[in-house]
Amino acid sequence: MSASSNSGAFRIKGAGRLTPARTARFTFDGKSYTALEGDTVAAALLAHGVHLLGRSFKYHRPRGILTAGPEEPNALLDVSRDAARRQPNVRATVQEVFDGAKISSQNRWPSLKYDIGAANDVLSPFFAVGFYYKTFMWPKEAWAKIYEPIIRRSAGLGVSPTEEDPDHYASRYVHCDVLIAGAGVAGLTAALSAAATGKKIILVDEQPEVGGALHYDASTTIDGQNGYDWAQATAAKLKAMPNVTVLTRTTVFGYYNHGFLGLVERITDHVAKPTKDAPRERLWQVRTKKVILATGSIERHMVFANNDRPGIMLASAARSFLNHHGVTVGHNVGVYTAHDSAYEAAFDLKRAGVSIAAIVDSRDKPGEAVLAEARKLGIDVLTGHAVVDTSGRLRINSMTVARNGNFDRRKIKVDALIVSAGWTPSVHLFSQSRGKLKFDEANQRFVPDVYAQNSVSAGGCNGTDNLAELIDEAITAGGGRIALSGENRFEWTGGMIGAAEGAGPDHAVKAFVDFQHDVTAKDIRLAVREGMHSIEHIKRFTTNGMASDQGKLSNMHGLAIASEMLGRPIPQVGLTTFRAPYTPVTYGTLINHSRGELFDPARKTPMHALEEAEGAEFEDVGNWKRAWYFPKRGEDMHTAVSRECKTVRDVAGIFDASTLGKIEVVGPDAAQFLNLLYTNAWDTLKPGKCRYGIMTREDGFIYDDGVVGRLAEDRFHVTTTTGGAPRVLNHMEDYLQTEFPHLKVWLTSTTEQWAVIAVQGPKAREIIEPFVEGQDLSNEAFPHMSVAECTVMGVPARLFRVSFTGEVGFEINVPADYGAAVWKAIWERAQSMGACLYGTETMHILRAEKGYLIVGQDTDGTVTPDDAGYGWAVSKKKTDFVGIRGLKRPDLVREGRKQLVGLMTKDPKEVLEEGGQIVADPNQPKPMTMLGHVTSSYWSENLGRSIAIALVAGGRSRMGETLYVPMADKTIAVEVTDMVFFDKEGGRING
Amino acid sequence: MAELDSNIATRSLPLSGVHGGSAAVRLEPAQPAERINLRVGAEDVSALSAALGLDLPVKPKTSSSANGRTALWIGPDEWLVFADGGGSIGSSLTQAAASSNVVHSATDISHRNTAILVSGPGAAATLNAGCALDLSLDAFPIGACSRTLFGKVEIVLLRTAENTFRVEVWRSFSDYAFGLLSEGARDAAL
Repeated sequence: MSASSNSGAFRIKGAGRLTPARTARFTFDGKSYTALEGDTVAAALLAHGVHLLGRSFKYHRPRGILTAGPEEPNALLDVSRDAARRQPNVRATVQEVFDGAKISSQNRWPSLKYDIGAANDVLSPFFAVGFYYKTFMWPKEAWAKIYEPIIRRSAGLGVSPTEEDPDHYASRYVHCDVLIAGAGVAGLTAALSAAATGKKIILVDEQPEVGGALHYDASTTIDGQNGYDWAQATAAKLKAMPNVTVLTRTTVFGYYNHGFLGLVERITDHVAKPTKDAPRERLWQVRTKKVILATGSIERHMVFANNDRPGIMLASAARSFLNHHGVTVGHNVGVYTAHDSAYEAAFDLKRAGVSIAAIVDSRDKPGEAVLAEARKLGIDVLTGHAVVDTSGRLRINSMTVARNGNFDRRKIKVDALIVSAGWTPSVHLFSQSRGKLKFDEANQRFVPDVYAQNSVSAGGCNGTDNLAELIDEAITAGGGRIALSGENRFEWTGGMIGAAEGAGPDHAVKAFVDFQHDVTAKDIRLAVREGMHSIEHIKRFTTNGMASDQGKLSNMHGLAIASEMLGRPIPQVGLTTFRAPYTPVTYGTLINHSRGELFDPARKTPMHALEEAEGAEFEDVGNWKRAWYFPKRGEDMHTAVSRECKTVRDVAGIFDASTLGKIEVVGPDAAQFLNLLYTNAWDTLKPGKCRYGIMTREDGFIYDDGVVGRLAEDRFHVTTTTGGAPRVLNHMEDYLQTEFPHLKVWLTSTTEQWAVIAVQGPKAREIIEPFVEGQDLSNEAFPHMSVAECTVMGVPARLFRVSFTGEVGFEINVPADYGAAVWKAIWERAQSMGACLYGTETMHILRAEKGYLIVGQDTDGTVTPDDAGYGWAVSKKKTDFVGIRGLKRPDLVREGRKQLVGLMTKDPKEVLEEGGQIVADPNQPKPMTMLGHVTSSYWSENLGRSIAIALVAGGRSRMGETLYVPMADKTIAVEVTDMVFFDKEGGRING
Repeated sequence: MAELDSNIATRSLPLSGVHGGSAAVRLEPAQPAERINLRVGAEDVSALSAALGLDLPVKPKTSSSANGRTALWIGPDEWLVFADGGGSIGSSLTQAAASSNVVHSATDISHRNTAILVSGPGAAATLNAGCALDLSLDAFPIGACSRTLFGKVEIVLLRTAENTFRVEVWRSFSDYAFGLLSEGARDAAL
């Protein structure tokens, strides 16, 4: 066997552009085949006479290959490299064969040839359009349990892979002057022209090689050279230019605002053994000054009865398989057309030795030149005829032909049928750019009219059919001065949209419009009869054009059929919106690097590794990883946290507070600015002192809180909640720039400048004393709410005497790079004194024991300082601050507002659930009057009982009252108390 | 407590020990540097320039360097100033700024930021894996700088040579930035 016969009996010696010696092996449904390098899966299978590739979505009808390009609606396959690298719904006309590919058909069971689901075809009256809107709605329960699973199983296309995708995907932003979408004659010419201006050009084409229509059109010459050869030579020339980038196997999938376009480049899907570093695909995000759209046009199929059998395909596709891959689609091929272009396919096949059964032309008058050539080649042409039916179970074996308007039919044997209804300009990207189309009545097509961005269309996508005009248009679009001439053999005429003869309203036949979604001409008529008069409604009711091919073949036919039914001209019926992506894009490409560790930044404090070594469990707070608790061997969370809580109050604890937001507020007007941003007064705060501050929004509700230290007259160290840091800084900047621009004050985020080690507990002072230089730590010299700049372990530090536990507390701020060393030294000493490390859980409990607020947990954006019991923090003397007017609103000062109070369960062992609703009378009829809810609830080891904080209507006037928290299985009785559960006198903090 | 007096804290750098890159680009953590965030009104820019010994740039996306110090324009009244070296605690810059005797804000951020140096023929492509800026020499010449996004984090980008960039990033975002740069470097070498 010669190499060419190896690679398929339907290869024609001497035809095509592939190298017979370069082969690749692959399997299809378990059977092994040989392909030539450069074959698509479709070409390789056709070379072996395989036309049956899948079953249709709804009716499970046998389906084959309809096109030779990315518009393919039918031939969707499952392609895998190994178990994890498996991709469903791959278009056989796009996927290139690689050695070792395992390919299977989809949507069939038990096999492609005998598919039980095909019963749907016989039962099709029950599956009319919109059936899922109308049927199976009753009984309600049956939908989720019976109907939906059955419909999903039988109607699914492809099966998702279950293993994690082992490939990686890359991303690249790039800028250019001109982006050219499409590298056919128009795109290449425009690129030559634009490149001559010296501008930065990116030329993109979705196929493996440039050339576009020259893949199939073998008769066109450019500058006297074979068109395809000219295209490759031109690409090589462009690639050699420093200002030009040529991207093949790359699809422009989205054209967004301001010259921003999304491209996907397929890098390894065609390679047998990709290198480890090569990404599978690369996302290009391009910002360009100008776009030249040279996206060409897409051939349409003919809409006639049983037009979907394997072996029926577009004429240009058959021509492409012959002229590029050297593969014939059959030995005895029929042609059904309404356009001259199909004749050229017939001529090429005939010259390659394939017999042409007949050209059936729906028109009475085809182009004279092609008609003459057909006669010359001895091809039988039936003008004014229609193909009204086909036969053949798994592949077409005959076409039934009738003269237009005549009932006499005759069968003509064929093993393939190539069709053309004419060409649809590819205006997808133009439309995505918000350009407006106009209807070209003479040629029954939409073409670009009003541009919304700096772009220009050239060639087929602009409705420019004549080669010389196309070249001129492309040269002009490129803006350069070049000369180029082209010659083609035939000027094409003709074209039709809508149902062909024998598939009109009077014929109850299956004439497919949308192959992937099994939408027929009859379905579109039914939709109109059922009241869908807008094309958008018809689209959604029938799902015409809603499959993964987005109606590249079906939209115009569907529109014409609807227009005919509605009795309104096409422009009045309208066109559905073209949306990105042009063709499906993998999730891998869209997320590219954002997976695993790069999914989201994990922010770690300078002490993170040391805490990890001490066995810390971490919790996520925003993007921060915060030490949650430090279990010792054998401890569960409850035991560890209870031990930590007890140890802090008995001895001391060390806590990593580095994540707290920090903002340095500097300038002569710093105090005045803080006066305006916080409810408290700051001008009275002396340097060296701290104050707890509350910040409200204009509406008077609490926005954030934190301790602010005054370091100097003109310098404050503001702290915020961990989660609030960025938004508080933005909030401050916003007011500074828009409301108070007259103030001389500046803000700098210093959250990450400082590592913060909190040491809290009765022995806190004793623990840190030896490390601190330059500050007397005695109560007298450095009382609670003091701040000092001093030295800790030889490092300049900011030392705060603050407490979020109610114990003596210090927060040591050292420059972040020193955090680990200082933490380690302090922990070593603290450990020897019986102290512990504690995490955020213990911090939460200790502060709740003292009734300290956590903004965002105990408040929810509807709580005023007074509601929270922090009315003392609102200055009565200040005449202005953000929120002062909001706080005076009648609803915010009325009696009975929800207020924060303590709750103690009657059963001390019972721990309430946070979020639990509170009622006065658990026996009242439902819906009950709810008084509020539990905001914080913990087991307090120090008190030997549970404690809780809750928002309760009129809470502070209910002290001592018994309220109830109804749960699913029981009702819990609670007593309303004040919020301070531990050390009510507050003496310990000053110890 | 004599044993504690000698206990001087040692410095641990973010990204210590990491290195990376590809055939087209080298990635390395920059040496520690002294840094301030400088804020000053237009009327006092010249006084601060004199005090710091360099001309504070007033044109967006530009920087200036002199006497081992570099100032990056961040906003109309904001500069990131860094000084080579920085083994000591950052005070030379704040002291220099203070000597201007005009109203300003100089806040030490030596430890808030860390920097990654990206160098080699694939440097721009590496950054463009996550940075949307046009990094061609025309649009982003040597000395150009910008506070911008790299993937999901904020960076300040400075071009120090045709094929060398300095990426200033907050320390807790540096692992992410380095990781994404490594991915970009791998792709830039293809």
